[in-house]
Amino acid sequence: MLGNGMIQGLLVTARNLIRSYFDPECLTTIQYPEERRTLPENSRCFPFLVYDGTPDNLRCVACKICEQECPPQCIYIEVERDAKTGKPVRRPRVFDIDYSVCMQCQICAEVCPFDAIKMDQIYELSGTDRFGGMLMNKGALLKSNEYYHQMHPTEANEVDARLSQSKKKASPPAAKPAAAPITLQSAPPPRPTPSAPPSPSVPPTPPVPPKSDV
Amino acid sequence: MIQPLTMPEQGYTLTPKEDAIETQMLEVSMGPHHPSTHGVFRMDVVLDGEEVRRLKPVLGYLHRNHEQLAEKMNWLGSIPFTDRLDYFCSMTNNWAYCLAVEQLAGIKVPERAEYIRVIMAELTRLQNHSCQAGFLLSDTGAWGTPLLYAFREREKILDLFEAASGARMMCNYMRFGGVRADVDDDWLAAARKVVENYPCFIDELEALITGNEILLARTQKIGILPRELAINASITGPMLRASGVDYDIRKVDRYGIYGRLDFRVPLGEVGDVYDRYYVRILEMRESVKILQQALRDIPEGPSDAGVKMRNFKVPVGDGYGRIEGPKGELGFYLVSDGSTRPYRYHVRAPSFINLTILEDMCVGHKLADAMVILGSVDIVLGEVDR
Repeated sequence: MLGNGMIQGLLVTARNLIRSYFDPECLTTIQYPEERRTLPENSRCFPFLVYDGTPDNLRCVACKICEQECPPQCIYIEVERDAKTGKPVRRPRVFDIDYSVCMQCQICAEVCPFDAIKMDQIYELSGTDRFGGMLMNKGALLKSNEYYHQMHPTEANEVDARLSQSKKKASPPAAKPAAAPITLQSAPPPRPTPSAPPSPSVPPTPPVPPKSDV
Repeated sequence: MIQPLTMPEQGYTLTPKEDAIETQMLEVSMGPHHPSTHGVFRMDVVLDGEEVRRLKPVLGYLHRNHEQLAEKMNWLGSIPFTDRLDYFCSMTNNWAYCLAVEQLAGIKVPERAEYIRVIMAELTRLQNHSCQAGFLLSDTGAWGTPLLYAFREREKILDLFEAASGARMMCNYMRFGGVRADVDDDWLAAARKVVENYPCFIDELEALITGNEILLARTQKIGILPRELAINASITGPMLRASGVDYDIRKVDRYGIYGRLDFRVPLGEVGDVYDRYYVRILEMRESVKILQQALRDIPEGPSDAGVKMRNFKVPVGDGYGRIEGPKGELGFYLVSDGSTRPYRYHVRAPSFINLTILEDMCVGHKLADAMVILGSVDIVLGEVDR
């Protein structure tokens, strides 16, 4: 019969419509700003910098590996120098990531040998400033290890175990001060959905000067 | 003074009209904004009435200099860019590139990683083909409804991708010698559930559209691609198999673990739009079979060969790695000069080569059919333009 196939198709849509009143499985959408889906633990967005305890105690040593490996070249690092001697200190003076260029590929986090840069889960970052509004400086990027634990608990525990081992190896007799901040994080808190960055909004820094060696 | 426009010399003649009214060809530029939801693509169509007399695909609106970028970047850094080639199938793009590099560098991939790769590639094929059916129906005028049924299922697969790799579309998951992160048992259980329910969805999709008389009238005997022409034009993928050529790289090359998996290759008979649609439906059913076997047999073990990521160097030489992507043969031709970056990097993109035959299929059909034929080619402009 001509039209049989069309009736079959309409029956499918009708079945789905009616089932959606009884079966929550059929309602596949959520009311987004009011409801949010919980992200999987592995979910990644933009990178951030991890610090232990206080923001001064950041893990980054400004080795510039992530800057070299970043495929879209969105990281810019300057090493801090000692005020008197002018020798480089193992920490960054400037650490900028241009979120408008970053493509969330996670390669910076993978190549970092110090576990200093990790992937955030904050995706609501729209802004009105096209030119530098998404340029994040060091202050905006710094987030605590506890925050990292909330987001990626399994991965963070592995990282903590690895770091404590390497510290023990480096200084076997003086393991006490190194172990102190890590014992705090041995029991991770229950994992809520990360809603907002803990650090307040930071005024954007001036644009990154172009790199000379590219 | 305005010069009167004259048609340049063309290689066609006017059809004589019975009422002897002087008519002339009309040249229409369709696009470059989404002529049929496939991306930024333009067609210069010469029309006689509603009939297509000549068709020229105009490409390059989405050109991103992918190959040159990859030559300026180290081997690892190209993987996230391959995601952006065919943004529906980032997993298979990653795999093809990693396969080429592994051949070149002689890296052995662990067993578990091979299984994970097959699972990811077949899930990609499922979501690509179901969405392609939806897009084809959008082109015929069934705007939205079948596509949203396909997208509902795609969401479930993208959730799996997100749980395993961290991202939904730009997965960046494969690495040289394995995959970036191992999957756990919870993930495998979730994948089994999705795979188990997928035949129900294929049945539903078929009930929704396959028997529809309008679809049959719009697709059967439209855009026939003869077998010889398909081979000569180096068409690959479901398009080639719809023309009746038994050529599937999963069977020919037996890369990965495909040699020991049991599946069949569906073939078309006529080579029209309907065959191209239906071959994809049948391929989805075979993909479900492959997934069931892979999820059943996946062994324990390492998911990575432990290849170092920084300063990764490849011995001097050239190599071509190819896989059967959802759209056809996706190949990467790489030349290495022994340094940390490729000397030459070339992508053999299936969408691009399948698109070259568009004119031969469209000439003689109505303009509205040209849209349907374009939809049946299954292109993604990110891959066509690179």
